[in-house]
Amino acid sequence: MRIRIRHATRYRYDKPIDLAAQVVRLMPRDHEGQRVLSWRVADADGRILPMFEDGFGNRCHLVTITRRHEESAIVAEGEIETADTSGVVNGAIDPLPPSYFLRRSEATMPDTAIQALAHSHEGVSDPIERLHRLMTEVRSRVTYEIGSTSVVTSAAEVLARGRGVCQDHAHVLISAARVMGYPARYVSGYLWDGAVTAPTEASHAWAEIRIEQVGWVGFDPANGVSPTAAYVRVATGLDYSDAAPVRGIRRGEAAETLAVSVEVQQVQAQQ
Amino acid sequence: MTTSAFDEMGERAAPRPAYAGVADWLASLAPEVLAAKRDEAELLFRRTGITFAVYTEGGDPERLIPFDIIPRILDAHEWSVLERGLIQRVRALNAFIADVYGPQEFIRAGKIPPALVLHNPGFAAEMVGLNVAQGIYTHIAGIDMVRVGPEEFYVLEDNCRTPSGVSYMLENREATLRLFPDLIRRHRIRPVSHYPEELLGTLRSVAPPSATANPTVVLLTPGSYNSAYYEHSFLADEMGVELVEGADLIVEDLVVFMRTTRGRQRVDVIYRRIDDAFLDPLAFRPDSALGVPGLMAAYRAGNVTLANAVGAGIADDKAVYTYVPAMVRFFLGEEPILKNVPTFRCSEADERGEVLDRLHELVVKDVHGSGGYGMLVGPHATKAERLAFAEKIKAAPDRYIAQPTLSLSTCPTFVENGVAPRHVDLRPFVLAGRDIRIVPGGLTRVALREGSLVVNSSQGGGTKDTWVLDG
Repeated sequence: MRIRIRHATRYRYDKPIDLAAQVVRLMPRDHEGQRVLSWRVADADGRILPMFEDGFGNRCHLVTITRRHEESAIVAEGEIETADTSGVVNGAIDPLPPSYFLRRSEATMPDTAIQALAHSHEGVSDPIERLHRLMTEVRSRVTYEIGSTSVVTSAAEVLARGRGVCQDHAHVLISAARVMGYPARYVSGYLWDGAVTAPTEASHAWAEIRIEQVGWVGFDPANGVSPTAAYVRVATGLDYSDAAPVRGIRRGEAAETLAVSVEVQQVQAQQ
Repeated sequence: MTTSAFDEMGERAAPRPAYAGVADWLASLAPEVLAAKRDEAELLFRRTGITFAVYTEGGDPERLIPFDIIPRILDAHEWSVLERGLIQRVRALNAFIADVYGPQEFIRAGKIPPALVLHNPGFAAEMVGLNVAQGIYTHIAGIDMVRVGPEEFYVLEDNCRTPSGVSYMLENREATLRLFPDLIRRHRIRPVSHYPEELLGTLRSVAPPSATANPTVVLLTPGSYNSAYYEHSFLADEMGVELVEGADLIVEDLVVFMRTTRGRQRVDVIYRRIDDAFLDPLAFRPDSALGVPGLMAAYRAGNVTLANAVGAGIADDKAVYTYVPAMVRFFLGEEPILKNVPTFRCSEADERGEVLDRLHELVVKDVHGSGGYGMLVGPHATKAERLAFAEKIKAAPDRYIAQPTLSLSTCPTFVENGVAPRHVDLRPFVLAGRDIRIVPGGLTRVALREGSLVVNSSQGGGTKDTWVLDG
């Protein structure tokens, strides 16, 4: 499938500010299930932003604006060719060994409820089957509700409240998988939701879990499926804070208005 | 209690050769003279403004670390062994850190449990795959040593992050020169005053390849509220480099610049005295106002060197410490010259059992603690304290290691009731860049309370001038 993405983030301040900086993780890389045909990350004037690579192999861009300004923008766009690999992610850049992803993090620290969740399908011997059941359970225990959590809500809090967004579903699944002894990592990316024409909010997040003999396998608990050709994988890490599409700070008193638009569309390959 | 300890001066009547001059000098002085000199020394330090704030409740943040006026002396042979051992150890520590963030061969070869490295709070994923200048991660290492006999030295711990205290080494020598010029003249003492020069040389030697032949070095401090601020401004002054705070630096196009009155100046090497967590709010703690937004991006892009490197703390974890001799053998193919203190790992069931049985004779340390906090000194603890600590060990065995209480050497020290032996340690500062350099000696810390083995300045320790004799 050929997918075209345009992800624009616009900042507006009610007073001029002197310093704003962002690190963005908005650049997909190739693996067996996706090939990047074209991609650019630029500022409001179309200037390509300087790039660096982080320890997880994510391609990141740095924006620093050190002059007085009232608005700024970051636009990431391009085209990706994807294929369905039944959720298996082969050929991705993996600078860290799988066992690193057993490490606990603040957002994924398990509590007793998550430990109980992790032990809930112990009778199932096939790991893929067991993890699918776990994913389904996470989906049924956490109702999708925009605005019910923030970027710092932990997996334990999400499970206790029973509400969250895709990022929270991913955190709960990751936390439980690590308790079970499976390395698990957070993935941010995009999802083409099937609507061929209309641009939609489609920034997405899911989990990847390492299964012996199989490799890294994606699980999207928000939708209860493994990623298909409709998914574009962008950045990974231990949890949201490592793979966040944007991390920013600013100095000054101004109030910020943030406008994000994500368009994910299928394009017909030209013959 | 201290009778069995090795005293570095030895019997007054027949002192060890290195101390012969000092023993004579001590014998010739009336206690009132020593007391007067001590008061003079205190005045000297107050005037210099050298203070060390202590992270304990109610402590006086402007408290002076007491300076003991009697020097501690190492002879040329003792130092030459230490020096070779320190160079070897710091080479191995740097090779280990480079490996941890690179090929991980030490882990692959089964030399260390993978989780001890990969799940360690000191492991920084941000460093994976980054090639730092000269392959050096701990540019300034403070290696804490203790002595138990004439030829017996042990490494107590390695400080690979931002070891402090070198300003005391320099100021203590200054003080001795002023107080006892005649005594100094009667000895051939190797100088230490070139430390700032050596430090600057080391920092310049690790400038990134993009730097000019004359790289710009700055010292990044958290600011004047930090307990070691005196040292930061002192070292910047002595090196003749800018002392900057986070707000003085900006990152643009992945390059670090310093704001100056003449405009922006590119910065190549940052001797940073800010902890990793506060360096860059876009990479670490988002609430850090001390750091520089985008600094890690510039670092990852290879446009700036941070000294010490981010993530160097993986090598000075107290559990990782137990593997340093194996690092020396693995990375250098050499036998370690310096010994580790025999250490029990509470993470291993049989060793833990032994620790719990022998708590009354062991020192137990939190592997992530520093400054003498979170430790149990078995022989000095009450039974209730030992029982409480046993529970802590059982609850989180991975967090603790235990060591026998060493009979630390003593040095003559001027205390309330005259000159008496007190336990000492030694922190030499090892500088690693294109080559490894050590200014002879280091900082000697002394436990001022009789019988005490805790030399940390935060726990009532003092310092001494440390002499290395020439030839």
